[in-house]
Amino acid sequence: MSLLPWIPVATLVGALLALVAGARSAAAARVVALLTALFGAVAAGAAAARFAPSNELVTLVDLPWITQLGIRYHLAVDGISLSLVVLTALAATSGVLFSWTVAERVGEFFALYLTLVAGVYGVFLSADAFLFFVFYEIAIVPKYFLVAGWGSTRREYGAMKLVLYSFAGSALVLAGLVWTYGAGGAEGFSFGALTEAASRMSYGENVAAFGLVFFGFATLAGLFPLHTWAPTGHVAAPTAASMLLAGVVMKLGAYGCLRIALPFYPVGFAAWQLVIGWLAVAGIVYAGLVALVQRDFKFVIGYSSVSHMGFVMLGLATGEIEALAGATLQMFSHGVIAGLLFGVVGRMVYEREHTRDLVELEARPMHRRLPGAAAVFVLAGLASMGLPGFSGFPAELKILVGAWNFHPIWAVAAAVGVLVAGAFTLRVMQRAFFGQFGAAGAEPGEGGERLTLPEKLGAGLLLGATILIGLKPDLLLDWIVPALQSPAFHFAATNVVP
Amino acid sequence: MTASLLLTGLVAVPWLGALLLGVAGSLPARAARSLAVLASASTLVFGVLLLARFDPSLAGLFVEERVPWIRSLGIDYHLGLDGMGLLFVLLTGILGPLALVTTLRRATRVRAAGAWFLLLQGSALGVFVALDFFPWFICWELSLVPAFFLIRGWGGAHAGTAAYRFVVFTLAGSAGLLLAFAALYAATGTMNFTDLARLRAAGELAGKLGALGAWTPVLVFLGVLVGLGVKAPLFPFHAWMPATYAEAPAGVSMFLTGVMSKMGVYGFFRLLWPIFPEELRAYAGPLLVMALGGVVLGALAALRSGNLRHMLAYSSLNHVSYCLLALFAVAGAGPADGVAVESALVGALLQAFNHGLSASALFFVAGVLEQRSGGDSDFARFGGVRNAAPRFALLAGVALFSSLGLPGLNGFVGEFLIFRGVFALQPLAAAVATVALLVTAIFLLSFWQRVFHGPRSGAVAGSFADLDAAEWRVLGPLVVLMILLGVAPQLLAGLINPLAMSWAASLTLP
Repeated sequence: MSLLPWIPVATLVGALLALVAGARSAAAARVVALLTALFGAVAAGAAAARFAPSNELVTLVDLPWITQLGIRYHLAVDGISLSLVVLTALAATSGVLFSWTVAERVGEFFALYLTLVAGVYGVFLSADAFLFFVFYEIAIVPKYFLVAGWGSTRREYGAMKLVLYSFAGSALVLAGLVWTYGAGGAEGFSFGALTEAASRMSYGENVAAFGLVFFGFATLAGLFPLHTWAPTGHVAAPTAASMLLAGVVMKLGAYGCLRIALPFYPVGFAAWQLVIGWLAVAGIVYAGLVALVQRDFKFVIGYSSVSHMGFVMLGLATGEIEALAGATLQMFSHGVIAGLLFGVVGRMVYEREHTRDLVELEARPMHRRLPGAAAVFVLAGLASMGLPGFSGFPAELKILVGAWNFHPIWAVAAAVGVLVAGAFTLRVMQRAFFGQFGAAGAEPGEGGERLTLPEKLGAGLLLGATILIGLKPDLLLDWIVPALQSPAFHFAATNVVP
Repeated sequence: MTASLLLTGLVAVPWLGALLLGVAGSLPARAARSLAVLASASTLVFGVLLLARFDPSLAGLFVEERVPWIRSLGIDYHLGLDGMGLLFVLLTGILGPLALVTTLRRATRVRAAGAWFLLLQGSALGVFVALDFFPWFICWELSLVPAFFLIRGWGGAHAGTAAYRFVVFTLAGSAGLLLAFAALYAATGTMNFTDLARLRAAGELAGKLGALGAWTPVLVFLGVLVGLGVKAPLFPFHAWMPATYAEAPAGVSMFLTGVMSKMGVYGFFRLLWPIFPEELRAYAGPLLVMALGGVVLGALAALRSGNLRHMLAYSSLNHVSYCLLALFAVAGAGPADGVAVESALVGALLQAFNHGLSASALFFVAGVLEQRSGGDSDFARFGGVRNAAPRFALLAGVALFSSLGLPGLNGFVGEFLIFRGVFALQPLAAAVATVALLVTAIFLLSFWQRVFHGPRSGAVAGSFADLDAAEWRVLGPLVVLMILLGVAPQLLAGLINPLAMSWAASLTLP
């Protein structure tokens, strides 16, 4: 029997245990958190090993919950959700490892952290829109406390902005779904029932409901111009939280768009398609250019996340299987890479150097002081630049292929985005780590600080994932593509723009 | 066709060397240097082994490795070699170890420099043998990383800016390539060079690309053109080049101009020429103007520069542009005089090889002069080197005259064949290029005169050592090859004649 359906519950239990253990000793809380994260990883790994790709959601557990409204506790999995569950397991585990040095209120920290993770797992496994929404909210609330309690730069502001945007987005989603439920006369909140209900709505209602649900989710995915919470929120958040925020929480939004907004309202999607594509392209280029001129190391990474998530949204906008597969792969890839980048900035550099100012870092021989961090960042940076051999490349390639089929100018603009991503990554790499590289008289006496074991493990996990998928993207695409062949995603053929 | 792992080994051994150097933290500098040289020289050994398998009667691939890799993107692990690829592999095998030795000679942090260099060399080799976009692009992009760090970490005072600019320019080209191949894949379902060329030969490619949109074929062509043009470089995509060649350490400049710029030239022949002949033909006019721009403006800029490295950089632009000039002339002429076509194409590839030899030698000469003068490479700082170091002057002179195209030395053959072909195909372009030939002679000779002749002055006035044994070992083999290939050019021409003949034949067919 599969452990998969137990992950959300087990993670919540782990959160509780971490809180209890934290009251006694910080070390115990850490171990509980690590074990809980590892349980998720093992369960996801076991499910992955035995996963048989299919074109439908395979039910894991289906129990009646609020019977009057037809709401069920219904978890199910297909190739798309499994990919993201694996991503969550990777990000959650390395996030714990990168948080090993958190010293204040450790129990509470990990309790909130694991609650967030449980919510994320729940969203990816839900097959009932109401349940989906409940888990979605479970993931949002702990963000506020994590950022406000353990964050850095302007943390109250960042936390508030982050949560207000998230709530506003989820309010839109809720409004759209409830409207669909009522107006379409749905029998419950299962995906199938709501899809049918949406099909009974008038054209105008369908278009409007899609707009509410899609842009509600897209807010969390960081779609331009709804993205502004992301850089400030990421910068303010503590390392593990920014790893999770950029790594998986943004994916919740994109996943909501893919799993709910597009299949529920294909008619509305067709009406909005061009707008979404142009916003995605604008976000890719705009956020990239903004990243190019940042002075705070973490802001560069924050804006790069927005730019990379633009590729996901672009893939969604084309509505083609090829590009949807690319978008899903990009969700995975960016989750891993963003986790790495935030890990380097927040844990490896900031905790040791107490600055993220690129001008200050440039003046220090960082490649000598933190050679391990420099090496990890070079690899992560290359992955983030979309170099072939790393997971971002096949993802962006597939999205470009879809863009070519749909709207060649999007492809051209996205290629500009690839170039800008290369430029800002190179710039930040050069300034943060190699400002004094090759400079004469860089004091050799500074022995350089080695990475701790948890850091090495966390970074190794994520680096291994991005390289493995970069060299063998079939591992995930063989799950994702069959799932996208489900009739639910067959909206592309019907609405080709002339 | 012979299945073997020679091609994988060719690429993998330098990379393994890089890996060993990277992890062997306590390796003493001497041992690190020997390991690096061995791994680098392996390329020459593989090159000779491959040469032994070369079949002169065969125009196509004589070694090939192909196994499926990424099903969902139609990607194969596909390596293969024909005479043209072999030519560049041999060039890398010759220049790689010499440039490596030069780089490591006085370098600090030998282990790191050696590892980066071997990574660079392996990537360049991968570009010359990969026949599927994915492995090819991995190597193409990967080569930027070591180049960046070698320039940044071991280069001159302004190396940071130069390295950044170099990589960003090349990335712009790479974005074009990525865009283009995404479209090719969207249209055809493959990114394999040989499969795409076959589709083109069957006349199916244009229709499939056209189905994506009216402008798509043009955009795709431009994407590939820019990607390759930045690397070669094709005027006006060369803006990164002078500073990069000037700031990189001498050994790295040898490799950049000798091998990396040839990655671009090779790409024109491997990608554009077989896959986009119609577009090349349609845009031959502007392309010829760009190549001529490189030939003429490169020569004029070299004439005006007072700095040795800048002069050599612009001279490289000038010489590489001849290769592209020949290709564009052939592409534009369409079905034409077979002999002219053949000689232009053979000339272009020979020129690529010979420029690799002579430009590397000249960058080495510049490195020697800079080392003796304490890092300065302004002409004004030198004079009378011939008196101070006669043997150095002799070898430098051979390299100089080879670059100038003196008959009897290697440089002559390529240029002669190019002019022979281009005059028949595009007389006007050839006439303009001839003027540049004259300018080339002027700047190279005036460099010779100012630095080597006259009374000893500037940095040469004091003690100025002649070549030491290590320097002999670099410059000597290069000069021997220049003479050998000048006297017996058929040694190399034999590698590419079958290919050029088949290309010429395909042009006369409808």
